[in-house]
Amino acid sequence: MEPMISVRHLHKSFGTHKVLTDISVDIHIREVVVVIGPSGSGKSTFLRCLNLLEQPQEGDIIIEGTSLMAKTTRINDIRTELGMVFQQFNLFPHKKVIENIMLAPVRVRKWPVGQARQKALELLDKVGLREKADVYPASLSGGQAQRVAIARALAMEPKIMLFDEPTSALDPEMVGEVLAVMKDLAREGMTMVVVTHEMGFAREVGDRVLFMEQGVVVEEGDPEQLFGHPAHERTQAFLSKVL
Amino acid sequence: MDFRFDIIAHYIPVLLRGTAFTIGVSIVSIILGSVLGLGIGFGKMAPKAYFRWPFHCYINFFRGTPLYVQILIVHFGVIPAFYGSTNVLMTSFVALSLNSAAYSAEIFRAGIQSIDPGQREAAVSLGMTQFQAMRFIILPQAVKRMVPAFGNEFIVLVKDSSLLALIAAPEIMYWSNTMKGQYLRIWEPYLTAALIYFILTYSLSKLLNYIERKV
Repeated sequence: MEPMISVRHLHKSFGTHKVLTDISVDIHIREVVVVIGPSGSGKSTFLRCLNLLEQPQEGDIIIEGTSLMAKTTRINDIRTELGMVFQQFNLFPHKKVIENIMLAPVRVRKWPVGQARQKALELLDKVGLREKADVYPASLSGGQAQRVAIARALAMEPKIMLFDEPTSALDPEMVGEVLAVMKDLAREGMTMVVVTHEMGFAREVGDRVLFMEQGVVVEEGDPEQLFGHPAHERTQAFLSKVL
Repeated sequence: MDFRFDIIAHYIPVLLRGTAFTIGVSIVSIILGSVLGLGIGFGKMAPKAYFRWPFHCYINFFRGTPLYVQILIVHFGVIPAFYGSTNVLMTSFVALSLNSAAYSAEIFRAGIQSIDPGQREAAVSLGMTQFQAMRFIILPQAVKRMVPAFGNEFIVLVKDSSLLALIAAPEIMYWSNTMKGQYLRIWEPYLTAALIYFILTYSLSKLLNYIERKV
């Protein structure tokens, strides 16, 4: 089967600092791929390359048959199919919760306001925050803000969701509510790429786990194999520190 | 010391006309200056260095040389070159607008760059164009932060417009100088002028405080 996302020999540097070296990964429809690794391993940069928030220098990323590196590709159109959730939430502080969610469907998808509002309220129900529709993001807790951010990304009805350390900025007691929303999404068959330090989530929800270090994918496999019997000694060293 | 209120009373009508001129030229210049400044500010944020360069030079020239000199250059150089002869009204608008644009450009640039890059990233990751991200996400937040700096710029502009007396623009200082020449007195014309400027800038700062609370 044709992969949903195909990353081919990706290279990325910031100046002289090489961040990603020859990354090749396929991600299939309905698959949950979890990327783990130490800080500075390039896992967030890898994720940000998938919607070109970072511009790779070499290689290609093919999403549903369209090359992101081709001159003719309209990146804005591709991004509407890729929902992104950030570590720092990045909600729009000058817009109410419901306006945060409705903005892109109305301005980008050109939906009528009524339809966008309907969809936004459904999504707020889904993440359990309907009563917060008319407040500003500043009054939300971190966990609530991240659930709104997930709803905002889902409002565009993306085919793929990208999560960039979605629970790393949260107080420990709020991690669970965000992970629960993500588990629901995975269960519904959303294609997901998740960069995280939550090993429990990786093990429970991931279909496949990539271990990255120093800009390369050191090892990949299904969670049982990677966590239970890591083949590479760098994977073993990392897991012995975090588990 | 005697203080002759009668000569002030005599000059009130012309001083009021001068005040109207000062207010008019300040308002037009802050508006033209902001529009021009927005463009220059964006120019200075361009990704390519050679594209930023002319905007960089513009800002440094107008911030780095006295308004006094700029008024003379515009009055005796720029306006005659384009219009054929000197024109006080044109010089007033053009010199103050060009000067204000340099400061406005820096206010816009600082305001826009003060917004967390994550805001732009969130907007474009939702499929918005760079223009939409600027229009709906970045500018509305940046403008709020720019209000105090713009208020400041406006107040400076009102006061600096007094330099237009140099080219006999009929504003407050010009009429005060005339009054001084006619009566050969110092305190009455200049204290009156100072009071008028103070009333203008003080009301302006009150108005700006009110706007800051609103936004």
